[in-house]
Amino acid sequence: MSATPASNTPAAKEALFSRGNQKILRDGLWDNNPISYQVMGICSALAVTTAVNTSVVMSLGLVAVLGLSEAIIGSIRNYIPPRIRIIVQLAVVSAFVITLDLILKAYFYSVSKQLSVFVGLIITNTLVMARLEAFSMHNPPWKSFLDGIGNGAGYGLALTAVAVIREILGSGTLLGYHVIPASWYAHGFVNNGLMVLSPGAFFVLGLIVWTHRSIAGYVEGK
Amino acid sequence: MIHYIDLLVKSIFIENILLIYFLGMCSFLGCSKRTDAAIGMGWAVIFISTVCTPTCWAVKHFFLRKGGLAWAGIPNLDLTFLIFIMFIAVIAAVTQLTEMIVEKVSPPLYNKLGIFLPLIAVNCAILGASFFMDQRNYTLAESVVFGFGSGTGWALAIVALSTIRKKLGYSNIPGSLRGGGIAMIITGLMAMGFMCFSGINL
Repeated sequence: MSATPASNTPAAKEALFSRGNQKILRDGLWDNNPISYQVMGICSALAVTTAVNTSVVMSLGLVAVLGLSEAIIGSIRNYIPPRIRIIVQLAVVSAFVITLDLILKAYFYSVSKQLSVFVGLIITNTLVMARLEAFSMHNPPWKSFLDGIGNGAGYGLALTAVAVIREILGSGTLLGYHVIPASWYAHGFVNNGLMVLSPGAFFVLGLIVWTHRSIAGYVEGK
Repeated sequence: MIHYIDLLVKSIFIENILLIYFLGMCSFLGCSKRTDAAIGMGWAVIFISTVCTPTCWAVKHFFLRKGGLAWAGIPNLDLTFLIFIMFIAVIAAVTQLTEMIVEKVSPPLYNKLGIFLPLIAVNCAILGASFFMDQRNYTLAESVVFGFGSGTGWALAIVALSTIRKKLGYSNIPGSLRGGGIAMIITGLMAMGFMCFSGINL
């Protein structure tokens, strides 16, 4: 692949990772992060983040589902009748989610038990629906695929950040290994039980949204 | 009878589908900016949840579970892997049907709830309630009570948040915390309030 910038003639074939495509990838990851910027797909961001390993598995699953279903919708976008497009999107997403659920049950049974209903709920994850509706209904498969990967990764990034904070403060572990030294406990350090419960999730995510938005300089409603 | 009342109280307060299980967060944050919109959305969720959970139960009981198709002469078929796609199809169909029926029968009600109904098809509180119904093996009567209870719990939470957000309009919040961030922190405080119920053993 040449490093020259994309030619101006529309007939020229765009490089696989041209600057525009890189932007699509980066957009979801940081500039337009689905969790903290668009505030979408929050349900699972809160529910699966008590431990890092479940949230990593969840994020990888979502990246795969989102990328593949965006690619599929992107390639059949001109044949979908507009009136029934939501149901078509739901059908495509559910097919991938079923596959993901079966794979998790077969190879990662304990994680799949912990994730419980939240794998199935990827179907109604608003992030998935919003990206399909807003991006892949108007863009070719490869761009849509990149958009899915970028947004999925951005989602995963936010999820992992929440999970790291909650697991360290809530259980004193990271990926199941103790990271808070025993001497701290001897001096009266106590795990914060609130972090494992639902209010902790809301607080941590609220603070992460705040942090990201103040770095990015974004103010809602302006 | 007391069993059903227990289940109802549990699904509304102790295990509130939004504050404890985080389901339906997106429409919760999106529709809570105005109180009348929140009330409309709340009613719509209560109704659809009460209808959908038992309908999903019926679909699971008569078609998808192992041996469910015995009435059709195929006793060994196990279609449980189709639960995801069938449940979302049921929910989408029920919301569409409700929209059409309400439009025919009661135009004033349609004017109130009409715009919320399409949003509900992708509200994970409804799908989540059906998945919990499947996971916990509820009976038909239990699934009606659970569907109604979880819908009511969700409605309660969104109406409460919308009134708090109305008050927040007068306070001076740091720019980047406005909107999503502060709503999340308030929801956390509400969840803490609801944690008080978790000591109750039913």
